[in-house]
Amino acid sequence: MLGDAFTEAFTLIVSVNPELLEILWLSIQVSLTALFFSIALGLPIGTSLAITEFPGKKACVTILNSLMGLPPVVVGLLVYLLLSRSGPLGVLGLLYTPTAMVIAQVVLITPIIAALAYQVMDDLHREYRDLFQSLGIPLTKAVPTYLWDARYSLVTSVLAGFGRAISEVGAVIIVGGNIDHLTRVMTTAIALETSKGELAIALALGIILLTLALIVNAAVTTVRAFGLRNAYV
Amino acid sequence: MKLTKTMKSIGLAMVLPLASSLAIAESIVVQSTTSTKNSGLYDYILPKVKADTGLTVNVVAVGTGQAIKNAQRCDGDVLLVHAKASEEKFVNEGYGVKRSDLMYNDFVIVGPAADPAGVGGSNDVSKSLTTIASKQALFASRGDDSGTHKAELRLWKAAGTDPKAASGAWYRETGSGMGATLNAAVGMGAYAMTDRATWTKFGNKGDFKIQVEGDKRLFNQYGVILVNKDKCPSVKSEAGQKFIDWLLSDKGQNTIASYKVSGNQLFFPNAN
Repeated sequence: MLGDAFTEAFTLIVSVNPELLEILWLSIQVSLTALFFSIALGLPIGTSLAITEFPGKKACVTILNSLMGLPPVVVGLLVYLLLSRSGPLGVLGLLYTPTAMVIAQVVLITPIIAALAYQVMDDLHREYRDLFQSLGIPLTKAVPTYLWDARYSLVTSVLAGFGRAISEVGAVIIVGGNIDHLTRVMTTAIALETSKGELAIALALGIILLTLALIVNAAVTTVRAFGLRNAYV
Repeated sequence: MKLTKTMKSIGLAMVLPLASSLAIAESIVVQSTTSTKNSGLYDYILPKVKADTGLTVNVVAVGTGQAIKNAQRCDGDVLLVHAKASEEKFVNEGYGVKRSDLMYNDFVIVGPAADPAGVGGSNDVSKSLTTIASKQALFASRGDDSGTHKAELRLWKAAGTDPKAASGAWYRETGSGMGATLNAAVGMGAYAMTDRATWTKFGNKGDFKIQVEGDKRLFNQYGVILVNKDKCPSVKSEAGQKFIDWLLSDKGQNTIASYKVSGNQLFFPNAN
């Protein structure tokens, strides 16, 4: 079976299967768009949580950390009920579109990025708060410094978010509907092939998805290594 | 910040094609049972529908129970499922305009080649189910309120057996689609009831074969319904009706009949 799957994966890639490219491209498009919005939301949330003090902060952090474990299928269900024609946002007609899938993934990965960003920023803030205060450096200047200092750790949290987005199936299959040429992505295609009993093809798609993740991570690691080298030369 | 600028442009580049892809000419959403999709029927007929009517038909394939619920929430223009009683209820409650017979095939009971319950070759489904129950041979049920699940429960009832009492023992409710249930059945050597179309096209049969078939109680009728605009103003009635008209036309019916997998016809048109 595994041998068949590798052969199948190889054939799909070498033959530049147009359907595969379409599905792969939609996967990347949806997850990168979701990632973009999740960074835009999650980074400020995590950062402000780290640098401010208010009653109930601990509870907020606990909730945020728990939200990292949001089950995709629950997120899918919630977004479905929101976007359904009979739901509160039904008039927008967004259900069964790539946009709906982006929304679901944003809900899913924003907590991950926010919580990981909080950890990183909180550590830095604890370390430098007193120093910066004694030097009279305001938070508005301290935060960009933190961000720059933490850029590699933050990239790792972004990668974690991307990994979650590109690999989840529970949410996108409910709000996207796995419609051919419209909302079919890698994970829903894998689910479909599995349900057809085409296990070798399903596994082949899995191998291709893993390869994509590998390429992304390798690229980031390279950039990071390059950055670190330059930093010390 | 250069980075933010780059990220913004990446974001835009990602969003724009998504936005434009929403503005497709004329498209409808069909809430459908899984068998018509997993058997490859849609892949075969939808390009012909597109050529004849210009319609893009977006199929959401879920179990019949879920398809009906989704349509009740107005998330579809056409319903194509196989549970006549539920379909008539859907129409009577005003959610559907009219139900039309579309096509039929039949259910079969598949099981491991070893045939632990010894029901192989039978064409009496009641007797076979009773035998499976009395021998406590493993049986994998959909357990998901789908058309196939409803039909299976009807057959158990007709056989005078309540398998629910053995749920978790020899009666295993997967709560999943047909394909997932077949994968589970093959994995644990359990009997399972499936529509013939899904089984014929199924790729992971292992040593399984059809054990029980040919009983007229295994008849499986598919129906098609336009979702009612009165309940769901967002329904694209005209386009939906165009699709239904095509399916019920001589051309549509002939096309359904001409769909074959390894020489076997999977669906038999029977629109009036």
